[in-house]
Formats: sequence, C-alpha cells, structure tokens
Amino acid sequence: MTVGGHRASLVEAYGRALVELGERDPRVVVLDADLAAATGTGAFARAFPERAIDLGVLDASMMSIAGGLALDGRPTFAGTNAVFAAGEAYNFVRQSIGLNGANVKIVASPAGLSAGPDGAALAMLEDLGLMRGLPGMTVLVPADAPSARSATFAVAERPGPAYVRLAGVPLPDVTDGPLVIGRAAELRSGTDLAIVALGAFVHRALELADDLARVGLSARVLDFASVKPFDEPALLRAARDTGAILVLEEHSALTGVGALVAAVTAENYPVPVRRIGVPDVFSESGRPDELLDRYGGSAAHLRDEAWELLKSRGRVS
Amino acid sequence: MGDAVPPELLETLRATAREIRRDIVRMTYAAGSGHPGGSLSVVELLTALYFRELRIDPARPSDPDRDRLVLSKGHAAPALYSALALRGFFPRGELATFRRLGSRLQGTPDRLRLPGVDASTGGLGQGIGMAVGMALDARLARRPTRVYAIVGDGECQAGALWEALLAAAHHRLGQLVVLIDRNRFESDGATEEIVGIEPLVDKLRAFGCATAEIDGHDLAEILGALERARATIDRPSAIVAHTVKGRGVSFMENTHVWHGRAPSKDEAERALIELGVPPSEAVR
Repeated sequence: MTVGGHRASLVEAYGRALVELGERDPRVVVLDADLAAATGTGAFARAFPERAIDLGVLDASMMSIAGGLALDGRPTFAGTNAVFAAGEAYNFVRQSIGLNGANVKIVASPAGLSAGPDGAALAMLEDLGLMRGLPGMTVLVPADAPSARSATFAVAERPGPAYVRLAGVPLPDVTDGPLVIGRAAELRSGTDLAIVALGAFVHRALELADDLARVGLSARVLDFASVKPFDEPALLRAARDTGAILVLEEHSALTGVGALVAAVTAENYPVPVRRIGVPDVFSESGRPDELLDRYGGSAAHLRDEAWELLKSRGRVS
Repeated sequence: MGDAVPPELLETLRATAREIRRDIVRMTYAAGSGHPGGSLSVVELLTALYFRELRIDPARPSDPDRDRLVLSKGHAAPALYSALALRGFFPRGELATFRRLGSRLQGTPDRLRLPGVDASTGGLGQGIGMAVGMALDARLARRPTRVYAIVGDGECQAGALWEALLAAAHHRLGQLVVLIDRNRFESDGATEEIVGIEPLVDKLRAFGCATAEIDGHDLAEILGALERARATIDRPSAIVAHTVKGRGVSFMENTHVWHGRAPSKDEAERALIELGVPPSEAVR
C-alpha cells in the first residue's frame, strides 16, 4: 500500500480557508507579526485589507492587541512562528487572551522541526506543552493541508482561545475526513500496536503501519490532531485493544503529547508506552525530513521501537 | 478648560474620592494583603473617569457601545472595585470579600467574574496592548467607544507598553487615552533610582502621543485633560498624572514601603481617622 497523496502546504490551505471565513463573517480579523509570508495570510490581506493588520515585530503585544480585539467575540486570528507565539508571548497569551476568555485563534507556523535550516532559535519544540497547560485553550496540530483547512473552520466556530500548530513545509495528504475538535482520527485499524502520531509524523506512522503489515502485524494509527481537548476514550480503547502504544511527535519529549499519553494510560489503563520526540536538547539546522530522522523518526528507528513494544507484549520474539 | 467644571460637581467628586480612599484602607486591612500605595495614588483618576468621563451604564455592563477602562496596573484593584461599587455595578458590601476565596473581587481584576471590569489584568505591560485592540475593534465596528488605560510609572519600564504605543500611534487611535500614574515609586523603590523612565513626556511625545502633564489629584485638571483628549482625533493621548504614592494617609505617602503591604489594625485605624472617619467607626 502506498501512503500519502500529493504534498500540499498547510499554511496555504489555512490562508484559503481564511478568505472563505472572511467572506462569510465580516467580523473576522487577521493579525500578523512581520511573518505574513510564513503564515499564509496574503490572500486574506488582498481580499480584506481593512481587516488584515500587520503589527511588525510586536510578537508579545500582538497577543494583547488580539485579546482586546476579540473580547466581545470578534473572531481574531493571530499568526507568527511558534517560538514567538507560544514562547516569546507566553504570558501575553496567558493573561490577555486566556484569563480574558478572548476569542483569539493563534496560528503558529513554522513550528517544531519544520523550521528546518533556520535552526534551534526558531524551531519551537515546547509549544504544545505550554499551550495545553492553559485552561480553556483548544490545541490542534493538523497533519495535512485538508486538516489545516478544517481546523481553521473548526476553531472559528468554537468560541474562545485556540492554538493551531502548522508545519512550515508541505506535507502529504494523509487524512480521510475533517478534523474534529476533541476526536482522534483512526487512520488505520489494528490490534497488535497503537501508534499515536501528530503533524508530520502521521505520514511516517502510516508508513510504519504498512511496514508492519508486510510481516502480518496490524498497527492502529491514531491522528491525535486534537491535543486539547484530548480524546481520552480513543486512547484508552487503543490501550485496551492493542496493549502497547508508540507516540510520534516533533516536540520536546519532556512536555509533549507522549508525556500526556503516558500519564493518561498510567492513571487509567497502564500499558507499555514509548515516546519518539526530541530529547532534552535544542535542535539544529537541517532539512525538516533530515531532522525528523535525526531525532528518532527514521524508518529504521521507528521499526526498532515498534519491535521493542511488540516484544514486550509477546507479539513477536 | 478645567475652570469650566461646576464647583458643586468638584465637591461631589472630592467626596467620592474620599470614600474610595477609605474603602482602600478597609479592604487591604481586611484582606491582610494588597497594594494600598498605588491604589491611593489613582483615586482621583478613577473618580474623574467613572463619575464623569466614561459613557457607561451599570445596568448594562456589557453594552458594546460603552466606553472601556483598562486598569493595566491591576494591583490597584481596590481603588477600581470601590469606584465600581460606588457607581452601582455591584453591592458595596461585597468589598469586604476582597482577595477572599470565592470572591468576585480577585487580587487583580477579572472581567469574567465581576461586572464593570473591562479587562483582566495583573501582569504589567499588557493593558495598553489590550486597549489598542479594543480601540481597533471599536473602529472596525464603527462604534463610538473610547478606551482609557491607566498604567503605573514602574510599568513604563516594561517594553511591551512601548510596543503597544507604537501600534497605537501607527493606527492613529484617537479614541485611546493612556493615563500614567506618575507616583514615582515602584515596588522596590524610586523609579529614577531603579531604572529611570524620564524624560517621560518627551518619550511619549516621540512615540506619537498627544501629551499632557497634570496634577493627578486635581480633579479639575484631570477633567480638563480628558476633555482635551476627546478633541484629539488623529493620535492617542497620553496624560502624565503627577501623583503621590499613598496619597491621603500621611505615613503611606511618598514611599515604596506601602506598595504591596497591608495596614495592621492600628495602622488602618490611624489611616481612616486621617481620612475623616470618626474614631468610633474607624475599624470595626
């Protein structure tokens, strides 16, 4: 089985969805912080110049300004690199948006290893841990362009703050339906192993599942694009049905979704969990796919990790 | 212009300011914590705004067309709460719950809990950005809303405040008025001894604001400056209000010591007597 359709840009899909939203709802406003090229908002700015505001390098204050704009419910999208959106602006997101219950949709791109050759200073690997810790914050990580599009509509419809993490590079189409907030999407069924994957890793999870299928093993692949709210029932079903979980994410393994998966299973239905993520280091420059390989995501390493889990369950020897 | 304010109005406002000062002392004493110094310094600014300037209706605290006030120096919450209660947004008796578990009167203002609070604040440097966003929102929606923000002078050391002013000037937000409570002291000491912010008016002017410098305890001067700000439509206004930290309580004045310290029973009693409360009613 081949995995993945054509590669498409998530930020462009987001940008096109924004234009549709802008046509539907005259209140929609889009803020940028001198990175409009990276956040895909050019088409919106051309269509609705009055409602597109580039705030320059006001990364932190952009979040306060967004909060003020959105207090009465105006859907306000604020986009920039994840390291600024979640890192630099953290307490501005926390107070001006979170504590105020403001209707701001933060769209962070690039994020994670998709910062690629820009290197560690611009490769944000801690954002999901920071954002999912904020009360009331919806956190989404679309895995492909169609998901980026449905995520845009989904957060617009849901009142309150949201954080959408978009890879900065095109990714292959992997999903087969719209992203639903609070729901993990089962992209492959299986009972020998569960693979929880996010973003760019969903594609690699499907490749791994195909790899295992060739030797007669079935791996369930769950796209956990909805990091918060988190689909605990889907995770626990997977734990019960397969007895072993492999988590793949381009995020710090210390505070990422892998840590959450380990905690939720430990509390409810303990099974072996292995986490692929960036260990306790800053990343470095390289092509995004090379960096995924470097930090534990190569096909060979994923196969080894899966094998360890399958051995622990007595599925292979 | 301030001369045009009717004397009877000034007398009423002064009486209100006195009531707010008494509430600040009572609230911080009862809570056993809080920030009396910087609350006492903003009393006249809040009085002028809530009892004269702002177009608000306590019966309709969410009216989209209302004017907004952002208390960016959220630690001056006691002064804000007293003003809101006296203005009729909630029962004055609730002031006694300040900082208690379950109270709507949090240590710093929470707009989701208390009617009349337009922005949740506390961490410094964010209020101007929020006010800029509110002004942009009003402009886009073609609403008549004016937005007022009160910042501390220690807060002027926060870079985010200046970021937000850049945006305010760039977008020519004439409906935005920033009032700086220049009481000269922050938590650790005098601003000019810690990290100086002077020449403050020059900085604000260079950042594109229409500036004014006033006595922040003179209600007529405050109202005059607010009136001139209303006539400024092409840029934000910044009013530097020279105030006295701890104003009205002799032993709290002109020192940083009372920035974040509540009075003891004896101190609260002395303070209330200085504020004209009969000794028999000073601390119950």
